[in-house]
Amino acid sequence: MMNEVIQTSLARLQIMKAKALAALRKGENYELRTELNSEYKERRKEAVRRVIANMTVGKDVSGLFTDVLKNMHTDDLEIKKLIYLYLINYAKTQPDLVILAINTFVKDAEDSNPLLRALAIRTMGCLHVQEVLDYLCDPLRKCLADANPYVRKTAVMCVAKVYDLNRAVAEENGFVDAVRGALADSNAMVVANSVSALSEMSAMAGGRGDVWRLDTATVGTLLTAVNECAEWGQIAILEALAEYRPASEREAEGVCERVLARLQHANGSVVLTTVRLLLRYEQYVKRADLLAQFAKKMVPPLITLLASEPEIQYVALRNINLIPQRHPQLLSKEIRAFFCKYNDPIYVKYEKVDVLVRICSGSNVDALLNELKEYAKEVDVDFVRCAVQAIGRLTLRHEAAADKAVDVLVELLQLRADHVVQIAAVVLTRILRRYPRSQFAATVVQALCEHADCIREPDARAALVWALGEYSEHVAGAAGRLSGVADGLVEDDSGVQLALLGAVVKFFLKNPQQGQQLVVRVLKTATEKCANPDVRDRAYIYWRLLSADPAAAKTIALSERPPCRDDVPALPEPLLAELIAELGCVSSVLQKPARQFVYARTDRAGVPRGVAGANDCDDDDDDASAHPAAPGAAAIAADGEPELLIAL
Amino acid sequence: MLSAVFIYSQKGEVLISRLYRHDVKRSIADVFRVHVISSAAGSVRSPVTTVGGTSFFHVRYDNVWLCGVTRSNTNGALVFEFLYRFLGLGVSYFGRFDEDAIKSNFALVYELLDEVLDFGYPQNIEVDTLKLYVTTESVRSKSVVAEPPQSVTMQATGATTWRRNDIVYKKNEAFVDVIESVNLILSAKGTVLRADVQGQIVMRSFLSGMPECRFGLNDKLVLDSGSGGGGGSGGGDRGGRGRALGTRAGGMGGSSGDGESVEIADCQFHQCVRLGKFNTDRSISFIPPDGEFELMRYRTTESVNLPFKVLPVVREQRTVVEYEVLVKSNFSAKLAATNMAVSIPTPPSATKCHIKVTGPGKAKYHPEENRIVWRISRFQGLQEASLTAVVDLASMSKPVPWSRPPIGLDFQVLMFTASGLLVRFLKVFEKANYQSVKWVRYMTKAGSYEIRI
Repeated sequence: MMNEVIQTSLARLQIMKAKALAALRKGENYELRTELNSEYKERRKEAVRRVIANMTVGKDVSGLFTDVLKNMHTDDLEIKKLIYLYLINYAKTQPDLVILAINTFVKDAEDSNPLLRALAIRTMGCLHVQEVLDYLCDPLRKCLADANPYVRKTAVMCVAKVYDLNRAVAEENGFVDAVRGALADSNAMVVANSVSALSEMSAMAGGRGDVWRLDTATVGTLLTAVNECAEWGQIAILEALAEYRPASEREAEGVCERVLARLQHANGSVVLTTVRLLLRYEQYVKRADLLAQFAKKMVPPLITLLASEPEIQYVALRNINLIPQRHPQLLSKEIRAFFCKYNDPIYVKYEKVDVLVRICSGSNVDALLNELKEYAKEVDVDFVRCAVQAIGRLTLRHEAAADKAVDVLVELLQLRADHVVQIAAVVLTRILRRYPRSQFAATVVQALCEHADCIREPDARAALVWALGEYSEHVAGAAGRLSGVADGLVEDDSGVQLALLGAVVKFFLKNPQQGQQLVVRVLKTATEKCANPDVRDRAYIYWRLLSADPAAAKTIALSERPPCRDDVPALPEPLLAELIAELGCVSSVLQKPARQFVYARTDRAGVPRGVAGANDCDDDDDDASAHPAAPGAAAIAADGEPELLIAL
Repeated sequence: MLSAVFIYSQKGEVLISRLYRHDVKRSIADVFRVHVISSAAGSVRSPVTTVGGTSFFHVRYDNVWLCGVTRSNTNGALVFEFLYRFLGLGVSYFGRFDEDAIKSNFALVYELLDEVLDFGYPQNIEVDTLKLYVTTESVRSKSVVAEPPQSVTMQATGATTWRRNDIVYKKNEAFVDVIESVNLILSAKGTVLRADVQGQIVMRSFLSGMPECRFGLNDKLVLDSGSGGGGGSGGGDRGGRGRALGTRAGGMGGSSGDGESVEIADCQFHQCVRLGKFNTDRSISFIPPDGEFELMRYRTTESVNLPFKVLPVVREQRTVVEYEVLVKSNFSAKLAATNMAVSIPTPPSATKCHIKVTGPGKAKYHPEENRIVWRISRFQGLQEASLTAVVDLASMSKPVPWSRPPIGLDFQVLMFTASGLLVRFLKVFEKANYQSVKWVRYMTKAGSYEIRI
């Protein structure tokens, strides 16, 4: 009773609070409006600042549109920039009112100060409103031919914005041609921005090459510009060059030789983009000595990337991961550079281990096993699993490593750390499946039995049960252990149930006297009491097989099975080629093709958009939720990056 | 390219939101908050998160999250390089890059974001140039000169965006700092698993006009090709490893002329260095920015002079762990390491700790960090010191295995380079043909110096 009273009064209080807040908010906009119209400059300035601050935290200040606009005509550059920011945010919702601002823009675009001219043209492009386009064309045309390079580099970028909004306008006014012309500009930064703009427009048009196609002459200009422009421009140019198909082998060699110097750039993305270009050009360059020289030059800069900030290291490692799939031996000598530091972020450690397994050659496998053993003793449970699994993967690839790997894993078992034991047991049996009749079978099975009390997780127990059935001759008391597992059969995990079926049948076939009672008991329980249909079915099959033809049962159950294969997932060649062609990009970081997560900007750009600004936003919502990732994406995606889809 | 840049507070409150393209809207900021900030709980599984068709690249710095958003298949390395450069820009403008600094300078942050990205493409992000035209009263820079916009824009787009052409100094000076970080992973058995040197050459130039600089190192490739001059190549084994590289070398006009050369595995240069020229004849020539900048970074892996040897013995028993850690300095007795700290891990179940130090410094047990820290303010060359400790363990019914993290070392040694690198010359040519004074300093410090136990 009392509680109810409190509840209702609390609820009432909350409603009151909400109302009060709403009033306050309304009041704030009202107050801002007054301030924006104040006669004092300082108060107006402060008000504009507060409007932007409110906008940032997501409050709706669109109602102040006209009041903010009134302050636009000012000499104060800070205020002007803030108002422009406001316009960029709200222009779409108030396309009619934006026209009021046009005058100031057009005037600024003619200002004697080049910074102001550039600012006006840059902002007008960002408004993304059809109505503005008509007023933008004239100033843009002038700015494209401006004497000042700062204005020109802004203007070429603006053409891409116009193109995005309305392709026809951009083409009919000759803006696209002007950008093509700007590739020959005397200023390297203008050239670089033109390359960015053209690549962007080309992608918008579907990448068919109608917008621009590089030719030998332009490549020459770009190779000169790449030496002169800022780092970001270099990346744009290198990316464009990577897409180019050289006309001749000689030209391809020339391009490679001229960009080789970029590998020494301090900016990691310049380095990675250069590597991308070199890898892509491998199909055009035929001279083996040159190819070897280029490949060799790539290695030290790639290793150096491991000393950069962790996030850049991560991107680099994800990409380095691809390279050995193309050049298996290239990095194998550098194995120590990938050893984990104790304080590396966990995502860097995972990638390092993955790369290590990939680049390890037979000769340094021992060193790597020792290293992985160290990692398996760390505290982070997931990383330990990753390290132990890596030992397994390594062993499956290199037979020479098997003896040493078994020693290491048995040693790890002896630590009896819970999480290590579980995964080590699974990995040990995988090694047995790979090298079935090997000399260490006895060691492994005995070690597993010795620590059987620690083996707890279903996977690990299934592995143990399998080993007991397969190698019962190597261990005393196998029957007793199997019988122990059989006691809890009904409640057990289906993986263990299936493993037990196989194990008791094998045990029976090898030791008919000892095993008969056990096998009958297990098959009976499994067929009568187990809920899982697969388990029941398998039990029936074994039962009938044993009763119908014991000799056939022997050949089937005890037959030699094909060894399990190297399980380092190698990407299929077409995907690998695609990812190497996009080295450094999101796709090669996620290691899945771009079409799985980038949704094509359809020909919407040609259609007038932005008129109904609100609808336009809704389109974006659909994009995000309506395209599920292609099947299989999750399997390729890295650990810990589940495909997350939510409606925005 | 980038569609948006967001800055969040630690808890995920949006401090700055700047959209560059119309393929995202502001509410996308919430997606990142929900998927990364709220769910991270301290550990980030990946700096790149893709949700639906949108990729988020984030960097955590101080108490803020800086996040770049894209809807296209963008160059990921570029995004992170850009985000870090933007952080650097912020630090240079506001002194630090944290929630308070951003809140109190938010107008300026927006202004910078407007300038450094256009349509999501990085533009000029050179601090020195930006400071010429992105200024507000909140910047406490020494003297903001009102530059004529014409020259500002020429510089922002020109071939030397990093330098104005009208700089004048009464006294023309250049300081070169060679700073090396030694990285080491030593196995418990004492074998070197990995040793390399990450070097950094930081220059502070106070030179007038547009000086053309040439810079020379005892780079093996240069010296072996015989073009180096100064007779460095024939030096052979003169002088032991780990010798002092001279005292503070004043006015080092000519070549140092002594000793060995260094095999540089790889190097990266500031964008002012002409890479094409380096690629053809390995000469380093450039027009430097004014003031401090990182001229080059390099890496060496061959014959690294490890400044310290550490010989640890750690015996784990049922109720105690015994430590004997011997540290030996391996550089000239004339030099000394300063600010040295040896961090020795202890098991989490440790209760008490008895430490004895033979030699310099003091050691203290820090139970909250599970380690013993042995601090030595000054450690002479060719010296030895040792620490013995006995750590009592809480008796537990089921002993928890201890992961035995590595012993870590921190130190700095002046006038010593672990790689053996030397600056042979720095030549300055300028139209005015003035005299310039050049200074060089060397320092080696610990990078990640790990000794496994």
